[in-house]
Amino acid sequence: MTAQNSLRPRLLILCWLLLLTASLSGCTAFADRTAPQSTVFPLSDWGRSIQDLYSLVFLMSIPVFIGVEGFIVYAVVRFRRRASDELPNQVHGNTRLEVAWTVIPSIVLLIIAIPTISAIFYSDAPPASAQNVLKVTVIGHQWWWEFHYPDLGVSTANELHLPAGRTASFELKSADVIHSFWVPRMGGKVDVVPTRANHMWFTPDANAVGVYPGQCVEFCGIQHANMRLDLVVDTPSDFEAWTQRQKANAVQPTGGAEQQGAAAFMDATRGLCFSCHAIRGTEAKGTIGPDLTHVGSRRMIAAGILENTPANMQKWIQHSQDIKPGSKMGRPVGNGFQNLAVTDADAAAIAAYVFSLK
Amino acid sequence: MATIAAPAGQRSGLLARPIAPTGVWSWLTTVDHKRIGILYGTTAFVFLLIGGLEALLMRTQLAVPNGRLVGPEEFNSLFTMHGTTMIFLVVMPLSAAFFNYIVPLQIGARDVAFPRLNAFSYWVFLSGALLMHFSFIAQSVPNMGWFAYANLTEKTFSPTPAVDYWVVGLQVLGVGSLAAGFNFLVTILQLRAPGMSLMRMPLFTWTTFVTSILIVLAFPVITVALIELMFDRLFGTLFFNTSGLNGDPIVWQHLFWVFGHPEVYILILPAMGIVSEIIPVFSRKPLFGYPFMVYAVASIGFLSFTVWAHHMFTTGLGPIATAFFAASTMLIAVPTGIKIFNWASTLWGGSISLTTPMLCALGFVTMFTIGGITGVMHASPPVDTQHQDTYFVVAHFHYVLFGGSIFALFGGIYYWWPKITGRFLGESLGKLQFWLMFIGFNLTFGPMHFLGVDGMPRRIYTYPDGLGWNLWNIVATIGAYTIGVAIIVFITNVIRSMRNGEIAGADPWDGMTLEWTIPSPPPHYNFETIPTVHGRDPLWLQKHPQLDGHGPGGQAAPATAMQHAEQEGGHEHPHMPDPSYWPLFAALGLLVAGAGILMTASSTGYTMLVVTGVGLFILLVGIFGWSLEPVNG
Amino acid sequence: MQIVATAPPVHQPPPTHVAETTNGLNNRKVLMWTFLGSDCMFFGALIGTYLIYRGKWLGHPVPTDVFDIPYTSVSAFALLMSSLAMVLALAAIQRGDTRRLQIWLLVTAGLGLVFVGGQIYEFATFGHEGLNLAVNTGGTTFFVLTGFHGTHVSLGIAWLLSLWVLAKRGVITQERSLDVEIAGLYWHFVDIVWIIIFTVVYLIPI
Ligand code: HEA
Ligand code: HEA
Ligand code: HEC
Ligand code: CUA
Ligand SMILES: [Cu+2]
Repeated sequence: MTAQNSLRPRLLILCWLLLLTASLSGCTAFADRTAPQSTVFPLSDWGRSIQDLYSLVFLMSIPVFIGVEGFIVYAVVRFRRRASDELPNQVHGNTRLEVAWTVIPSIVLLIIAIPTISAIFYSDAPPASAQNVLKVTVIGHQWWWEFHYPDLGVSTANELHLPAGRTASFELKSADVIHSFWVPRMGGKVDVVPTRANHMWFTPDANAVGVYPGQCVEFCGIQHANMRLDLVVDTPSDFEAWTQRQKANAVQPTGGAEQQGAAAFMDATRGLCFSCHAIRGTEAKGTIGPDLTHVGSRRMIAAGILENTPANMQKWIQHSQDIKPGSKMGRPVGNGFQNLAVTDADAAAIAAYVFSLK
Repeated sequence: MATIAAPAGQRSGLLARPIAPTGVWSWLTTVDHKRIGILYGTTAFVFLLIGGLEALLMRTQLAVPNGRLVGPEEFNSLFTMHGTTMIFLVVMPLSAAFFNYIVPLQIGARDVAFPRLNAFSYWVFLSGALLMHFSFIAQSVPNMGWFAYANLTEKTFSPTPAVDYWVVGLQVLGVGSLAAGFNFLVTILQLRAPGMSLMRMPLFTWTTFVTSILIVLAFPVITVALIELMFDRLFGTLFFNTSGLNGDPIVWQHLFWVFGHPEVYILILPAMGIVSEIIPVFSRKPLFGYPFMVYAVASIGFLSFTVWAHHMFTTGLGPIATAFFAASTMLIAVPTGIKIFNWASTLWGGSISLTTPMLCALGFVTMFTIGGITGVMHASPPVDTQHQDTYFVVAHFHYVLFGGSIFALFGGIYYWWPKITGRFLGESLGKLQFWLMFIGFNLTFGPMHFLGVDGMPRRIYTYPDGLGWNLWNIVATIGAYTIGVAIIVFITNVIRSMRNGEIAGADPWDGMTLEWTIPSPPPHYNFETIPTVHGRDPLWLQKHPQLDGHGPGGQAAPATAMQHAEQEGGHEHPHMPDPSYWPLFAALGLLVAGAGILMTASSTGYTMLVVTGVGLFILLVGIFGWSLEPVNG
Repeated sequence: MQIVATAPPVHQPPPTHVAETTNGLNNRKVLMWTFLGSDCMFFGALIGTYLIYRGKWLGHPVPTDVFDIPYTSVSAFALLMSSLAMVLALAAIQRGDTRRLQIWLLVTAGLGLVFVGGQIYEFATFGHEGLNLAVNTGGTTFFVLTGFHGTHVSLGIAWLLSLWVLAKRGVITQERSLDVEIAGLYWHFVDIVWIIIFTVVYLIPI
């Protein structure tokens, strides 16, 4: 309310303009190309059609952003109060302006809406041109992922393999609560809802061979944060080899430790593992935890939070509740779980056995 | 109640009405809209500190990868209570504080239409808040997120009573909100001063009006959702049970968001109203395009019921429904844009004084625009499938909720504080607070856009190293602490103002509306004589008579029913309503009833439902005592 | 800075005119209308839930297995007639006829009781036939929807009976016919809701 010196407004406008440019350039330049879960460097057809749409929306919002913010900052600086009894011209409105700023945003929105709607219908089902679509069933469990390839007879967990350049079509189901299946580099997420099957599809780019992390993005309970997964995009021939290995039953334990471990695995008083896990070709037929037939071949264990090494495997067997508190691997106590009671020796042996299941 | 005179001596209540003018009892039994406003405001501020503390804990946990400050259970409770608190116990009651204090003054009324119902609303609100926070004592804190998606909330997956605290607390809060919604609808429809036609109401009153409509229409829907969930948990009904009996968890999402989306406009419309009061006053120009602002508020209110499924774009709605909700969501940007452009045009050619309230209002307009633009990005469903449940959404809603609602509400506090207390809040501390808050806010929530784009999901208590999220998380945490400092500056400012703040006169800001025509703080009865209004911005017209009859809305006032009443020599005796024990008493009944349900939920069998029965009985006695009380307001 | 405040001396009592309302309508009546608008959404949400599950029920019995439509039609008719009685009660007090008011209030409440009694009996029968809250989504949605409607009717009965007591004590006079009118608004609303529920739940075949 006091008279202003001339420095402050200028400083102010500088401040605001700096902020404006910072935030704008931030949006474009700070997007991190190296972030493994980046949403803006897609590697699939579906991902790219989202990205094209996002670019369009972003482009349209630049003039809105600069226009509105710039106008306000300019008006504030230009029309600062000069005299304490100044009474500016009492304008009440202008109908033509009102019409203009109803119509112009509507046009902007229309420009966004049309490609949006065509993208919605595009994403609904794989394009007719897609050949030899690979079917995958995804089942979300409280805090791990189960994958089936119904046409290949392969079942695995937490590590999804897809051949590059071939359209994959997913059927998404849940074993318990709502989860959401998401590999950001491949495109958007779709929820995994009990009582119904959802669908999504995408085609990993032919040159996208590599490993892409993803994770569950619908809050699903205590370990929602650690419900991760890896998508491994293989060359078609690697994928073929992987499929052949996964189809096979589990290898028989050969070494001494492995055989000891296998015994403990099947022993209700020592490991108890068989009650929750299945290993094809053995007595173990449990369905509560992931299929372990080829667990040794996976990069990570416990839904993407531990690197798959014998040491980590042993740690996981003995300390699952410390590593992943609340996880459903353990001894049920009250409403929760405790670490499994496995002796060090048994744990080491079991770890060796399980790790050998390549 | 106000208009029915009781023949003296014919009816006496169960309890004499309390009359102490000061002391604790006077606050417990008050029915004065101004005191109730202060109660709302103070309570909301305490919850802002609590919700903010929860946020700081979360930010500290997330500052670095593999944070170890809290475990997963605690973290899940933190964001659930943070979200629930901020929405239902901070922004809503803080808005209600202004509805209470300011709306009767702006329309030239002596009180709200139902003063005792008003007190009841506040006590019920407090009961609900307490019920929910009892969970901390019971160490079973709600932990399923503020929208509590079924079927995670079913007994199978959430066996502890944590969910029940949330359900019961929210249910009771809803009763309080509904009661307040009815009251303000009636007040604004019925108690306007002569000449205050709808199209002369100040915009804050307009937004209160539309917000009340939204409350009245949206809260019943969440009430039903909560009842269904509660019955599932208590009585084994099957609404959201997925164990093969055909219960459907998506039904919860529809019910929740049919409420939830109007709810977010319940949070923003009052803020827009406040800003529409502040900007004209500190530009010394009437609001640009007043009628369009009113239409925009009304159409936002209407559209808010047509867009709910934009929160469900990833649930597999099918392409047709998805396309419909995408289009309706985008549509809502049009009336919102109209508001932004009209505020900007009010500034244009004005005489702008950058006081703290004005800074907050400008903070609102500039930051809300950013949040609105990201909202439109979400409105494109394919794009939303990349953003949904990531920090990009967290950034969006903090830009609209903090950058929008909280900035505007602080603006409202600075603007009306002199009216409420008779003293100014310090301007230099105020500006310091604003800039700290503004910078801290952008530091906290700006980087969350990048985190979202880099694929960081929300509601994760920890994240591994190597995903490219480390930098922006630490920046956001620093920002959050900066906001914390700003809040401490505000508290200092309040204490300084109450001790020896500069005395403010009746009209410290050169205001335009009726609240500035009466002393600060206003007398018990607000207006000595009810003013007659001759146009929009009545005080402004009075100060600048040369404007009278020229601007729109400045025509001579039509005669109203009220003037007739006065001409006929109104047959009723005037007095302000006496305080009453009954609102508090009845609200206590709801508190006990809620506690009974919680006890039932944490025990086996239904014996504890007796407590609920007792509570409902207290409520019933309260209602009877209330309606038999000698009628004088 | 000019201050245009009309500040009264602090001790002066407020002036002697209490305003009537802007629109000339009664506050409590407007309150009831807003409440009814709100209650529409309440029943809308309940009926909506019912419709979502309708016909997708699993197992037996489902509601349509156990319905006795003639029986329910009779109690629905009783409720409809109660609205007529309510109209007569209001007309009576508007004429100042407190005796007829009392009679018609009792008739209204009585017909309401017939309805609620009928509903209790119906619930019990359904229960015997195996339909309950937890048997399938049919039972769940049926009982919760009709139960909440029944609760509304019961509250209405309590209200009518309170009015009846007041009328008997001579408190409700012609000038206070509004008290009856407001109760009537509520009663008619609850009635109309039943017509909708009855149609949607019982009459329209799946
Ligand atoms: C104050 C509260 C508030 C407000 C006002 C808004 C306003 C809007 N919101 Fe937001 N929203 C929330 C609070 C709010 N939101 C919350 C809390 C959530 C998350 C809930 C949760 O999951 O926990 C959410 C989530 C949310 C989603 C779901 C995201 C997801 O989970 O995937 C979507 C999707 O469409 C959305 C859209 C919008 C849109 C289009 C607006 C529009 O109203 C914005 C309109 C404004 C503008 C556009 C700016 C001004 C306009 C112009 C300058 C005109 C020109 C502009 C253009 C042409 C673009 N919001
Ligand atoms: C109006 C609403 C509102 C407001 C104002 C805020 C304010 C803040 N919010 Fe919040 N937020 C939500 C509404 C809001 N939030 C909602 C709805 C969710 C979703 C919840 C869910 O997922 O279910 C959410 C979620 C949310 C998350 C995501 C959590 C997750 O998904 O894992 C984060 C993370 O950083 C966050 C941070 C913050 C911060 C740092 C503030 C800061 O601005 C807070 C500033 C306040 C302070 C810093 C208080 C200062 C107090 C002191 C310094 C004194 C303390 C001392 C005493 C008690 C005496 N919020
Ligand atoms: C009570 C059930 C239960 C028991 C007993 C159990 N597990 Fe598990 N196991 C699980 C569940 C559930 C998971 C998934 C946990 C998660 O990631 O949250 C799991 C995960 C694992 C994994 C990681 C798999 C992957 O693909 O990431 C391994 C390896 C494993 N268990 C081995 C064992 C061994 C060895 C034993 C016995 C010593 C054992 N489990 C006992 C339930 C069980
Ligand atoms: Cu599964 Cu989150
Ligand atoms: Cu929304």
